[in-house]
Amino acid sequence: MTAIGAMQAEYCGHCGGTVAGALFEDVVEDVVEDGTVIGGGTVRKGTNGERPTSHPHSTSDSHQGCQQRLAMEPPRYCAQCRRRMKVQVTPLGWSAECSRHGRVSR
Amino acid sequence: MTTQTTHRTPAGAAYAILDIAREQVLERGKGLNEAQLVEILQLPDEAIPAAMQLAHEVRLKHCGEDVEVEGIISIKTGGCPEDCHFCSQSGLFDSPVRGVWLDIPELVKAAKETAATGATEFCIVAAVRGPDIKLMNQIKFAIDRINEEVEINIACSLGMLNQRQVDQLAEWGVHRYNHNLETARSYFPEVVTTHSYEERLDTCNMVKAAGMELCCGALIGMGETLEQRAELAAQLAALEPHEVPLNFLNPRPGTPLENQGIMDGKDALRAIAAFRLAMPRTVLRYAGGRELTLGDLGTREGLLGGINAVIVGNYLTTLGRPATADLNLLVELNMPIKELQKTL
Repeated sequence: MTAIGAMQAEYCGHCGGTVAGALFEDVVEDVVEDGTVIGGGTVRKGTNGERPTSHPHSTSDSHQGCQQRLAMEPPRYCAQCRRRMKVQVTPLGWSAECSRHGRVSR
Repeated sequence: MTTQTTHRTPAGAAYAILDIAREQVLERGKGLNEAQLVEILQLPDEAIPAAMQLAHEVRLKHCGEDVEVEGIISIKTGGCPEDCHFCSQSGLFDSPVRGVWLDIPELVKAAKETAATGATEFCIVAAVRGPDIKLMNQIKFAIDRINEEVEINIACSLGMLNQRQVDQLAEWGVHRYNHNLETARSYFPEVVTTHSYEERLDTCNMVKAAGMELCCGALIGMGETLEQRAELAAQLAALEPHEVPLNFLNPRPGTPLENQGIMDGKDALRAIAAFRLAMPRTVLRYAGGRELTLGDLGTREGLLGGINAVIVGNYLTTLGRPATADLNLLVELNMPIKELQKTL
């Protein structure tokens, strides 16, 4: 896998939930691309990222199911900012691109 | 939502339908009818191996030993205006799938990689109700570029077509067109409300009339009853498609079917046998969801139970088994990969 940056993941690539108990206390304007809201709302302080989800997961341990799913599907959320990524799947690989944090591929 | 019928045929009666199927399907090549298919789908667990064995014999006798390998790719992902309740690419649901277009160089690269696996089919798919002029132009350009550089049959799946679009695709050399029925006519309104079953049939019939091979598939495990599963197999058989891709529901986050649950593996095996016994001469392809529903062992059982084609590698938005796993399994099972034949 290739990735831009080597920061520790803060968000689950599958559900977009936090993996380290991040705080959600800022409110920012919606981030819109191609007519679709892809981010904004109440987000973790200091970021301008994806909408928080209502996913019940709140710790890294509770994302085991998500990890299993990620063996069978590419990540949809940026691990750094939880923006929804543009994902392209091909027969022998995939790539996922965050507008802020770059491209991940396999 | 409709609940699935769970009763099973007593063992003695179970083998009666298999005896009938052996004579009718294997010997005479006549597919089972809807009522007979219900009996196959109700077989007790202990009769599944016999049903799979019979389906395998039918496949070998009427289709041969070759396995057709195909790769699929999405040229336009997400943002679809339709509301197919199983699909993460509908723009009407709160799905994490974002809209994205694939550029042509990447498409050609994927076609090359797919051909290198031994695949003879490369299906270009778009999440649309039907293609507009922009998409049709993109498809024409893609077909030309792929044909310049890759030896592979090109198939398309672009939603509902009008006659002019059908004629154009046939003229451009599209070998096969995919347009699934997805589910039984009686269950279709539970799954799709933005277009009708008849509209799907119209496109399928136009494709056949234009001389393209029709690929028309099923997606099972969406809450339909066993009777409706049999109804779907019979309706597909009546349509006489060249290929039937058999998908198993992979419940996608954000879709109305996200909590449907994963189909039981034994029911999936019964369905494979039933679809083969309904359509003895059709290419029956393992498609999406098999990894989740059947796992590695089920993939083997299906290939020895009526399946004679696979989608290699990944699907449109989810990942499949590694291509090498399926290709190695075919070698192990001594099943040759079908060679490329340009039919159009």
